[in-house]
Amino acid sequence: MSRFNKKQAKTKQSVPTSAMPDVVFMLLIFFMVTTVLREVELQVQVNYTRAENIEKIEQKRLVSYIYIGPERLGGDRLGETRVQIDDALVDDINAIRNIMYDKLLEEPRLIVSLRVDQDSEFGTITDVQQELRHAGTLRINYSTLREI
Amino acid sequence: MFNKSGRKETPEINGSSLADIAFLLLIFFLVVTTIDVDTGIGLMLPPIPDDTEPPPVRERNLMNILVNAQGMILLDEEPSAISEVKSRIKEFVDNHGVDPNLSDSPDDAIVSIKTDRRTPYRVYINMLDEVMGAYNELRNTASMDRFGVPFSQLNDGSVEREEISDMYPKKISIAEPDEG
Repeated sequence: MSRFNKKQAKTKQSVPTSAMPDVVFMLLIFFMVTTVLREVELQVQVNYTRAENIEKIEQKRLVSYIYIGPERLGGDRLGETRVQIDDALVDDINAIRNIMYDKLLEEPRLIVSLRVDQDSEFGTITDVQQELRHAGTLRINYSTLREI
Repeated sequence: MFNKSGRKETPEINGSSLADIAFLLLIFFLVVTTIDVDTGIGLMLPPIPDDTEPPPVRERNLMNILVNAQGMILLDEEPSAISEVKSRIKEFVDNHGVDPNLSDSPDDAIVSIKTDRRTPYRVYINMLDEVMGAYNELRNTASMDRFGVPFSQLNDGSVEREEISDMYPKKISIAEPDEG
C-alpha cells in the first residue's frame, strides 16, 4: 500500500511551459516577416469580380494599383464612381498620364493593376486605359478573385 | 547576517511575462496582416497609334467582339451567349486556314474587343475570362501533344513554354474607343 502512495507523490503534474515564449516568438517573427502593412486608405468601394483563367502577379514590387469604384461617403452611402491612385482621389482624369508616366520612369517594368468594382460601367475604365496608353504603361492586370 | 541573506537571493529577472508581451505583439501582427489578392487577368494595351498606317489585317484574321451597353455580346456582328465565346474563339484561332471565313493561322488571328461606355464591367471580365480560357485550352492541348504535360506545369521562361506561347500568341486588341 505504501508503495503506491509513494509513486503517486513523485509524479509531476505540470506541463513545462518554459519553451512557450520561444514558440510564440517564432510565430511572431513569421507574421512580422510576412505582413504587408496596408499602404493605402481606400476611399472607393471595390468588390472584386470573379474569373477562372487568372494569373498570379509574382513580383509585387512592380505593381501599381488604380482603384475604380463608387466613392465612400459617410454612413454607408456610396457616391459617384471615382478613380483613386495611391492615397488620393483623382479629380482630373487627364492627370493620370503624368502620374503614371512618373511611376514608369521609376520602374520601367511597371504593371498597372486595375482594381475595379464589379458594378462599374466601362466608360471610366476606357478613359483610364486611354490615359495609360498615353503614359506608356501598357502592361495591365484586371484584379479578380478566383472563381469558386 | 548580511552573508546569509546574500546567499539566499539568487539574482534573476522574472521572465514569466515575456510570453504575454510576445502574445500581444503576435496578436497585433495577426490583426494587421492582410492576405492580399494579387490575381487577375493580364493584358497588354495597344500603344497609341502614331501617324503611320497600321499594317492591313485581312478580314478573316480578325474576330470582332463587341460588348454593348446592355451587356450583350456580339461575335462578328451576331449576338451570342457568353458560354459560346470560348468555343467560337477556339474554332477561330485553331483554324489553320481550313475555313475561308476563319483565321489563316493562330499567329495571324487577332481578337479585337470593343466596348461601349455603359458596358457593365462584370460582363466584360466574364467575356475576357472566356477568351483567356480559349487560349489556355489551346495551349494546354498543344503542350499535352508535344510534351505530355499541361501548359501550367511548364516552367516560366523555359524553352518549351516559349514554344507553346509562340504557337498560340495571345493577340488581343482593345479597339479604339468612339469619340464622345
